[in-house]
Amino acid sequence: MTPEPFAGNAGVDRVTEHVLSVLVENKAGVLSRVAGLFSRRGFNITSLTVAPTGADDRFSRFTIVVDAESAPIEQVVGQLNKLINVVDIRHLTREQSVERELLLATVPLDESNRGDILKLVAYAGAAVIDFSATAVTISLASAPVAIDQFEASLRELHAQIEVQRTGRVALPRLTPPA
Amino acid sequence: MRLTGAQALIKSLETQGTELIFGLPGGAILPVYDPIIDSTIRHVLVRHEQGAGHMAEGYAQATGRPGVAMVTSGPGATNIVTPIANAHMDSTPLVVITGQVQTGSIGTDAFQECDITGITMGITKHNWLIKDPREISEVIAEAFHVATTGRPGPVLVDFPKDIGQMDVEWSAPPHPSELDLPGYQPTTEGDPEAIGRAAALLASAERPVLYVGGGVLKARASEVLRQLVELTGAPVVTTLMARGALPDSHPQCLGMPGMHGTFTAITAMQEADLLVSLGARFDDRVTGKIDAFAPKAKIVHVDIDPAELGKVRKPDVGIHGDCASIIAGLSAASAGLERADLTTWWDQLHGWQERHPLAFDPAEPGGLLKPQGVVEELWAHSPEDTIVAAGVGQHQMWAAQHWRFEHPYTWINSGGAGTMGFAVPAAIGAKAGKPDRTVWAIDGDGCFQMTAQELVTARTEQIPIKVAILNNSYLGMVRQWQEMFYEERYSEVYLSPDLPDYVMWAEAMGCVGIRVDSPEDVVPAIEKANSIDDRPVVVDFRTDASEKVFPMVPAGASNSDVVVHPSQQRSER
Repeated sequence: MTPEPFAGNAGVDRVTEHVLSVLVENKAGVLSRVAGLFSRRGFNITSLTVAPTGADDRFSRFTIVVDAESAPIEQVVGQLNKLINVVDIRHLTREQSVERELLLATVPLDESNRGDILKLVAYAGAAVIDFSATAVTISLASAPVAIDQFEASLRELHAQIEVQRTGRVALPRLTPPA
Repeated sequence: MRLTGAQALIKSLETQGTELIFGLPGGAILPVYDPIIDSTIRHVLVRHEQGAGHMAEGYAQATGRPGVAMVTSGPGATNIVTPIANAHMDSTPLVVITGQVQTGSIGTDAFQECDITGITMGITKHNWLIKDPREISEVIAEAFHVATTGRPGPVLVDFPKDIGQMDVEWSAPPHPSELDLPGYQPTTEGDPEAIGRAAALLASAERPVLYVGGGVLKARASEVLRQLVELTGAPVVTTLMARGALPDSHPQCLGMPGMHGTFTAITAMQEADLLVSLGARFDDRVTGKIDAFAPKAKIVHVDIDPAELGKVRKPDVGIHGDCASIIAGLSAASAGLERADLTTWWDQLHGWQERHPLAFDPAEPGGLLKPQGVVEELWAHSPEDTIVAAGVGQHQMWAAQHWRFEHPYTWINSGGAGTMGFAVPAAIGAKAGKPDRTVWAIDGDGCFQMTAQELVTARTEQIPIKVAILNNSYLGMVRQWQEMFYEERYSEVYLSPDLPDYVMWAEAMGCVGIRVDSPEDVVPAIEKANSIDDRPVVVDFRTDASEKVFPMVPAGASNSDVVVHPSQQRSER
């Protein structure tokens, strides 16, 4: 299991975003319906991921991170629920859910940073998945706050990194935390 | 039974109970027009696709059944976008069928191609693009089900040309309960516990107001509303979308609230300690400045659409469900509760009614016609159950104020969207659905010029509506705002009373045209119009352009700052 060395002090006091797990019918245009609803109602999306649920190809699951400032979450859920293709919506709080995000980063290597970068990769539990003489591509799957910190640390070591993040995916916790 | 896709579409529409289609054919929808010849469905051929949409809306609002419109792809489809948006704002059940280019050409910028499902995504309850002829009967069943249940609204089915030409084995549509709509399960029953709390609030309130919106009409709940009203003794306001839900003659009816509502309806809401909103949505035209709206009131909000609860104003009790069953539930829960004494409240309300009735300066002999007076004479000299359709602007507000609505479903207008040109086609749709009723369109001269060509449809199809143009030769509502808020700097609002010549235009379209210039000719013209039943009639009432709609709450102002008619302003000094 991936360690989470950066997540220790990541508690957020003020709710700045909400995570919705949205089950939809896997029909043509459903992404457009969801995205169109957010834009026309002025709800801001921080990140959005979507993929078929696997077991039943009739359905897909969105994980949508909504900027809490842009609208009351009850409105977002209420309006989303009106989309005919939306089957179920769960509002996932931090305490009641597990979240992961995947980051890929390509970092130019030179004599001055090579050692620090590889040390950071090892410390964070990230992996080198591609390399050349002058750069490495790194992947890290972890809690979003850990990804934030890892990305910030990478940028401190090299300003020219190229980053692609997936946005978060989330599911409810199986048992409440003690 | 083997059918073509086109035959299956028409058979599906028949199976759903369609008696009327308003439409206009074109290339992509051609296959579907062939089986219409053999169908039991009557097709009304419009002159512009916007007319088809508004006719379907008028039909739906008058009959309670979904309106059906059919147009071709590309410009045919985009021309009906405005009625779809209008129906979406006013929750009118509409099923729109659009032709589409053949499936293999979609996405290639083919002739008369447009992405109408993409365009209408935000203004339909749902839409479908049929990609397989075997889907036809089920999709059409889903379309009617979605349009007519829950919060009603428009749906669109996009139908590619080659789908209509393919062969398919006919299969009867599934029962509504067996449709494959896992994400669509509208709730109708309200939470009994919440209904109990709402009834207790209503019983103990000292200054309650029942705020009745269009949802009461959609739920066919006028009768149960009257029972609740009389049981509780509470005053009632009926919004622009709910005129007629309770008769204006009912002693507890305070009339219309909002920007151009009666002083008493507006002020009662401002001073209330409880608003019970029944199928209304706290529209900005009702609330005025929202922070200053009904500041002392607790809120009970009943709506079929849970997203409306708390959208604008947080309710103290929100009840999600169908108005008819919840209003009946409120009555049942109210029976036997000890009620607060409303005498003081009613004394106050009656005082406001006496001091601030709807007012206008009547026409002087030999002077100019007053538009409000024309509306009152139209009401007085037409059958009591006359259906009135309006466009959008001053004439619409005068009709909403000065017609006295005694029955539900007698008032058809464009509320949320404010679509100019709505009246003539909506009146035609209403008359097509209710052929035994007198149907008047009360229209403005600006609105009339937008959709008048549908009178050709009305004459051709023997749908004899009557049109009263309150012709003040201006875009009157805009003129009113420029007079009041732009220092009388009139910008692009003058239209001319004579160009076009409305009488000649009416006659060119096969209608009877009548011009009225002087007050003494108003009643004879109305009586003549009401006596003609073999063709449409257009009456050009030349009215006083300086008349403004009062009361008025200026946009963005608090409802407490309502501006009353000048004669009442004078009497207060």
